[in-house]
Amino acid sequence: MSAFLTDLFSNFYVSLAGKLLLVAVMIPLIGMVIGFAEMKLSAKMQARVGPYFAGGRWGWAQLIADGVKFFQKEDLIPEQADRPVFKIAPVLVLVGTVSLFVVVPFGPGLIFRDLSVGIFFALAISSLTTIGVLMAGWSSANKYSLMGGIRAAGQLIAYELPLILAVVGSVILAGTMSMEGIVRAQIEAGYPFVILQFVGFVIFMIAALAELNRTPFDMPIAESELVMGYLTEYSGFRFLFFFLAEFASMFTMSAIAVTLFLGGYWLPGIPESALEFAGPVILIVKVFLLVFAMIWFRWTFPRFREDQLQSLAWKWLIPLALLNIAITATFKVFL
Amino acid sequence: MTDTTTARKVPGGGMAKGLWVTLSTMFKTIFLPKTHLATVNYPKVKETPVPRARGVIALDQEACTVCMLCARSCPDWCIYIEGHKEEQPPSTPGGRIKVRATLDRFDIDYALCMYCGICVEVCPFDALFWSPEYEYSEVQMGDMMHDMDRLQDWLTTVPDNPDLEK
Repeated sequence: MSAFLTDLFSNFYVSLAGKLLLVAVMIPLIGMVIGFAEMKLSAKMQARVGPYFAGGRWGWAQLIADGVKFFQKEDLIPEQADRPVFKIAPVLVLVGTVSLFVVVPFGPGLIFRDLSVGIFFALAISSLTTIGVLMAGWSSANKYSLMGGIRAAGQLIAYELPLILAVVGSVILAGTMSMEGIVRAQIEAGYPFVILQFVGFVIFMIAALAELNRTPFDMPIAESELVMGYLTEYSGFRFLFFFLAEFASMFTMSAIAVTLFLGGYWLPGIPESALEFAGPVILIVKVFLLVFAMIWFRWTFPRFREDQLQSLAWKWLIPLALLNIAITATFKVFL
Repeated sequence: MTDTTTARKVPGGGMAKGLWVTLSTMFKTIFLPKTHLATVNYPKVKETPVPRARGVIALDQEACTVCMLCARSCPDWCIYIEGHKEEQPPSTPGGRIKVRATLDRFDIDYALCMYCGICVEVCPFDALFWSPEYEYSEVQMGDMMHDMDRLQDWLTTVPDNPDLEK
């Protein structure tokens, strides 16, 4: 039986279908879990009850009810909209998110594809989300959407740079760009890179928040200024796509941060033989801690002004990241 | 006061303080909901409205003289009043007949009412009262029209608070 299973899964197409199915189930599930956590935690942070009705206890089925609601909604496309672009934008955003799952190592060997340029791939593909956002803003034929899209583009230019520069420190320490290799380097070093790369980690998390358009960097949505930014004209299933992408990319960005800085699926003190099974659990716990921090920041800090964001990125994060790279490189060469 | 000044002196101190506020509120709300929850689990738990809450307007049919002051002063004309004079025999034979104004209809359309309370204020005979009841939503908009019997029923919910009259 097991031989048959091994045979079956060694078939390229069968394993591909299996992986696709896994991602297709995982993304809505993760989106729902994080979405629900956000609803509930934000309620508690504001001394509210939060969702409690759907599903009986704690309102656990709230997000399922919300999802079903989105299916019922009318699929509206504005008359002036650029229809093909308008339709493809949410797909592009979701693709950018889903593709990030490819390079996240969930355990030793438990990775969809261990690319030799894994982190490079992740950073490149995560910008796709912003292109989707820009497309959504442009094609909606709505000034609020357009402002949102343009702000997203401005944010991309400001934040992609510190994001990449923050990663370089870890890559220098690991000596590889493969995600699996970076985790392995941390296991061999015996400490997670955050100890040496604390500055890099902080910069990465700030830039990741901006990349995800989350408060305090949610100017592209900015409800009080831009209605709903690039999401203004979207409804129903297409809106659900953006919604899922937002929460799923919180997970993937956190997963990348965990892999690069917090030791990935490894925890000091856990024997390597146990990582086979404990790895995914450790990774997911770490990821959810970071996701909690993101939710926490969102419900604590007010939104940045557009120029404050730009000056934070260009005057502080980029020079700090460059300094971090210089120091890390010197450290690597001389020690 | 000292807290804010120290928070300003340390870079990022204000941010840390903000984070602490949300985190501590979260834990307090989770573990001590009885004392720290600001809202209630509405249909399961109900808040008692304050005695002067403007929930619904009650009518005392006996006190009403069909003077129409309320209907005339209503800003969105949501009060419908119809009445007639009821003639009664004179107290002494050959005297003038007595006339008493009687309500035929007194409806308030709560779909229109904006709860300004001018009708309650303006009523010279204390026929209208505020009641703190608020659960009277309907599936059909037309059902928001409360007739005088329903308005009379609300009278039982009017709190008997002597302080209100002082």
